[in-house]
Amino acid sequence: MATDRAVHAEGLVKNYGRVRALDGLDLHVDEGSLLALLGPNGAGKTTAVRIFTTLLKPDAGRAQVAGFDVVKEPDRIKAHIGLAGQSVAIDEFMTGRENLEMIGRLYHLSGKDAKRRSLELLVQFDLTDAANRIAKTYSGGMRRRLDLAASLVILPPVLFFDEPTTGLDPRSRRQMWGIINTLVDEGSTIMLTTQYLEEADELANRIAVVDSGRVIAEGTSDELKQRVGGDRIEVAVTRDGDLARAVEVARRHLSSDVTIDPHQRRLSGPSRDGTRELASLVREFDAAGIEITDLQLRRPSLDDVFLTLTGHQAEEEKTTEPSRRWARRAS
Amino acid sequence: MGQESQLVATAVAQAGTRYRPITGRPAFIWALLDALVLARRSILETVRLPELIVFVAIQPIMFVLLFRYVFGGAIHVPGGQYVNFLMPGIFVQTVAFGGVTTGIGLAQDMQRGLIDRFRSLPMSSSAVLTGRTVADLARNLFTVVIMLIVGFIVGFRPGGIPFEFLLGILVLMGFSFAFSWISAFVGLTVRSVEAAQSFGFIWIFPLTFASSAFVPVATMPSWLQAFARHNPVSVLADALRGLFHVNPLLTAADTRWALIQSVAWILGILLVFIPISVLRYRRTTAR
Repeated sequence: MATDRAVHAEGLVKNYGRVRALDGLDLHVDEGSLLALLGPNGAGKTTAVRIFTTLLKPDAGRAQVAGFDVVKEPDRIKAHIGLAGQSVAIDEFMTGRENLEMIGRLYHLSGKDAKRRSLELLVQFDLTDAANRIAKTYSGGMRRRLDLAASLVILPPVLFFDEPTTGLDPRSRRQMWGIINTLVDEGSTIMLTTQYLEEADELANRIAVVDSGRVIAEGTSDELKQRVGGDRIEVAVTRDGDLARAVEVARRHLSSDVTIDPHQRRLSGPSRDGTRELASLVREFDAAGIEITDLQLRRPSLDDVFLTLTGHQAEEEKTTEPSRRWARRAS
Repeated sequence: MGQESQLVATAVAQAGTRYRPITGRPAFIWALLDALVLARRSILETVRLPELIVFVAIQPIMFVLLFRYVFGGAIHVPGGQYVNFLMPGIFVQTVAFGGVTTGIGLAQDMQRGLIDRFRSLPMSSSAVLTGRTVADLARNLFTVVIMLIVGFIVGFRPGGIPFEFLLGILVLMGFSFAFSWISAFVGLTVRSVEAAQSFGFIWIFPLTFASSAFVPVATMPSWLQAFARHNPVSVLADALRGLFHVNPLLTAADTRWALIQSVAWILGILLVFIPISVLRYRRTTAR
């Protein structure tokens, strides 16, 4: 097993009763990089994180974290990892400072070090003003920052963040992204789970797409996007009656592989030479008297990747972003 | 944003070199130190949560007043005043009820993901449980002190020598500790606060009321007497009555036998529930 791999897993299987949460999961995280585990609810992301952080034992397969075996050497692993789980794991009735000092003591720092380190973290995570208030009074963003700070008390080499931005407002999410990017820049190894395709795109060196307990695709964001082809052109027409004629035009210009969404009066197809096609399409629509409300050239999103790979969408519901998943394969 | 990132970067650079865990101490020392850190946490919560103060101080006082003045007039105990019969019983009932908070607290920690975090730290795996049970023991002692004061005001007059009195309080605290461990197991097993609440009390109710805590067992139907006599709550209440010299019908031999049975119950419970609770803790995760 290569030593420059901070996390390495082969064939992990975990069952909860009759439900198979992990079904032969293989993955690795290179030292100093960030791997995003991307998948919908119930894909097995959290189960995987729990096995790597020694909270759960796998039923089959093997895994190493920081060079130690998760089943045979859990205590060694615990001294080398930090975990920020899905729910914010802080004590509501202790102040921010008391929370961090407690975690410091439990990592077995001396009392003096635990105190000093907590003060540093409070400054660094912009929590100084709230340091002596009980955490119950904190906003969602502040809780998340405190929770993340708690995972960094000894600055462990390998960090696990399980959906670190779920439930945050866009501003707090951006803030968390900044912090996580900095950690990677400074040499931390991070495994992060997310349902947000945008988040994986923003943070990850590599992305592992997880569905039904196994990795169904892996690579950089660009590599995954290439799997669904190049850029695409999207058109929305004003009148229902124009859609069929618009499709005719698009098929002539783009290719026969045009997808149609009649409800949205939208169509899209692969683009061969980008902006030039846009111009000729506009002229053609104009000449045919087809009125359009939207016309764009876009790179395939990770949503498209997920749809192509699994045949279903990554997220059942998402309200924070405008829907970009209207496309259905027409034929 | 940029400024924050800079700050984090500095932190990362500093931490790598300066913060090293203490090593070379034996495991049992860490088990003790970690438990103290967590006991402090639980005590802070009790002090800072107003609802808990109500549970810890006001509810037991209300029970004393209720049984002393509302039911007390209708309940006749042979050989003495009801208030003297009642107080030892109500001490046992209170610490038994108080133990339920151990399980509720653990279920809460589980739901909030705190247990997951603690289990991912290189700390002693018994500390979360011992820390909480010890903190709950301290809280129960505080409650008992308040009830002693209230009891004294409403006419409770223990007799005997101070050693016997202190021995009684010590055994009572042992019982409190043992019940906390049962509750810990329940809390770790049911894993939700609501379930910990209902399952926690469901077995305590018959145990405390079908006992000699509030009424003499002899007044119960014979089939119930069999259960009530060997119930640990009865055994301990009788031991306390003997040690406090509040029941002239109890001989020294009766007291000694009740005391031996009480200690046996306490040790038995601890012997079973400490290992199975720690085992369960090691395997548990939030849903």
